[in-house]
Amino acid sequence: MAQTLAEKIIAHHVYDPSHSDSVPELSPGDLIEVNVDIVLANDITAPISLREFEKLGVERVFDPDKVVLVADHFAPNKDIKSAEQCALMRRFAREQDLPHHYDVGQMGIEHVLLHEQGLVLPGDVVVGADSHTCTYGALGAFATGMGSTDIAVAMATGRIWMRVPETKRFVYTGTLQPWVGGKDLILYTIGMIGVSGALYQAMEFTGPAIDALSMAGRFTMANMAIEAGAKAGLFAVDASTESYVAGRAKRPYQVFASDPDAPVAEVIEIDASTIEPQVALPHLPENARPISEVGEVRIDQAVIGSCTNGRLEDLRIAAGLLKGKQVNRDVRCIVIPGTQQVYLDALREGLIEAFIEAGAVVSTPTCGPCLGGYMGILAAGERAVSTTNRNFRGRMGHTDSEVYLSGPAVAAASALTGHISSPEEV
Amino acid sequence: MSTDGKTLGGRLRGRVWKYGDNIDTDVIIPARYLNMSTAEELARHCMEDIDPRFATEVEAGDIIVGGENFGCGSSREHAPLAIKGAGITCVVAESFARIFYRNAINIGLPIIVCPEASREAEDGDEMVIDLEAGRITNTRLDKSYTTSPFPPFIMKIIQAGGLIPYTRAQLASAEG
Repeated sequence: MAQTLAEKIIAHHVYDPSHSDSVPELSPGDLIEVNVDIVLANDITAPISLREFEKLGVERVFDPDKVVLVADHFAPNKDIKSAEQCALMRRFAREQDLPHHYDVGQMGIEHVLLHEQGLVLPGDVVVGADSHTCTYGALGAFATGMGSTDIAVAMATGRIWMRVPETKRFVYTGTLQPWVGGKDLILYTIGMIGVSGALYQAMEFTGPAIDALSMAGRFTMANMAIEAGAKAGLFAVDASTESYVAGRAKRPYQVFASDPDAPVAEVIEIDASTIEPQVALPHLPENARPISEVGEVRIDQAVIGSCTNGRLEDLRIAAGLLKGKQVNRDVRCIVIPGTQQVYLDALREGLIEAFIEAGAVVSTPTCGPCLGGYMGILAAGERAVSTTNRNFRGRMGHTDSEVYLSGPAVAAASALTGHISSPEEV
Repeated sequence: MSTDGKTLGGRLRGRVWKYGDNIDTDVIIPARYLNMSTAEELARHCMEDIDPRFATEVEAGDIIVGGENFGCGSSREHAPLAIKGAGITCVVAESFARIFYRNAINIGLPIIVCPEASREAEDGDEMVIDLEAGRITNTRLDKSYTTSPFPPFIMKIIQAGGLIPYTRAQLASAEG
């Protein structure tokens, strides 16, 4: 039977107590238990997972090598309670002898870090207590966010229940316009189908424009699949993927591909050559508009970073625009490299210097302002343009503040002009 | 406040707190409170960014009714924990975001998909919910709605009281 990428990965991970070698044929809607390759939690979701893990009465995690804990949301600790949460996670990591516990100094934003470190590979099933776990779909892995209790069970048993999702396939044709990247494609797509447009489904991103898209752009797109309600966002493995994984992978991996005739819920064709840089207006990611239709929107803050756009390529785009210019005096421009490695690479390339000379600040890796944690909270009536993933009411601070989502080019251009701007303007 | 979640088998009766579409987990429990993780602490801030009355006026046994895509956004289990901690016994909506759906089932917070009952309910209505029979009654409208049953596997988790007790039992029987 012809199957999609998502169905094949899941089928090869179905838990089989009898240990037979057969791979079951699955259909969307089937409820099954799957073996997981990586289980992930962070400093705000792990505390609940660890509490629930204890209730299971299990002494050890199923495999210390497959459990990843990252202190990234409120770390370096923003207050005493956050410090307690990180301490709890640190204690557990030591007790369980977990090699993949990333604390301040090694840590980065989890969904920039795991693939950079080669922990997640094509063909994997990855579950994480963070909704943006879907990011790893860019590698041709089946990766999905869950809650802390699910993750506690996965940490203990190495498996979790799952419903096989339908697949919705997106085919992007044409050549991208200047300044258009993965963020613009995904905002455009969410604008088209809505924030529940792929509810419970796997989004599959294909087509010539995707083949030409960088890995950074693919991670950005997969990252925001959840903003359309999707369970996962997947890309086929190609030469770009293989070259990204080469030198990072420390274990073998398996490459799966969708059969061309596999039944899918829907195929949506998008002429990507018509897509302008996008901006999602408050208070939903589906409120995407082409930059030419946004109008005059003054901003108080520009945030460049996050698990969506905190990669080296994103910082290069932003620095390219900011270099030799000055951030508008009414704008706080906050740049957050996604990991220590991204930070170091940016430093060596001179990007950090360009940011600081332009009047931007550069932070240690953290999720910080994206979810209104710290490092850039908005006051009532303030407005930010941000390369993050959500613009819900109150997401970055006061309930009467506003977040406009964009890619790094629009965010950097806007930081210079003081209003939401096309990079063509600067 | 009841936080045991063992409501199955009994009928639930409570005041409706009605909300719209796409109620995200950031408004259910804002991230500034994610440095805490107990249901009791979180309940004090539940819904405060869209409905400041909720946390102070909610009573044990009350019911939340939402629109489409209830619980979208972050995977934070703090969201259903806050709702459960506030004494809410059931959430009814036109549809749920999938992580919220899992989380609610896993922690033993009953949730029901029922588009018609959700659309027709108004804030302050009284609902009576019979989970076993799959029936919701809106007493103001004097109208009953039938809900689709949970898949058997999910029903087992609910009957066990959540994913942790379910898994404990599974692990025990595998060893025994």
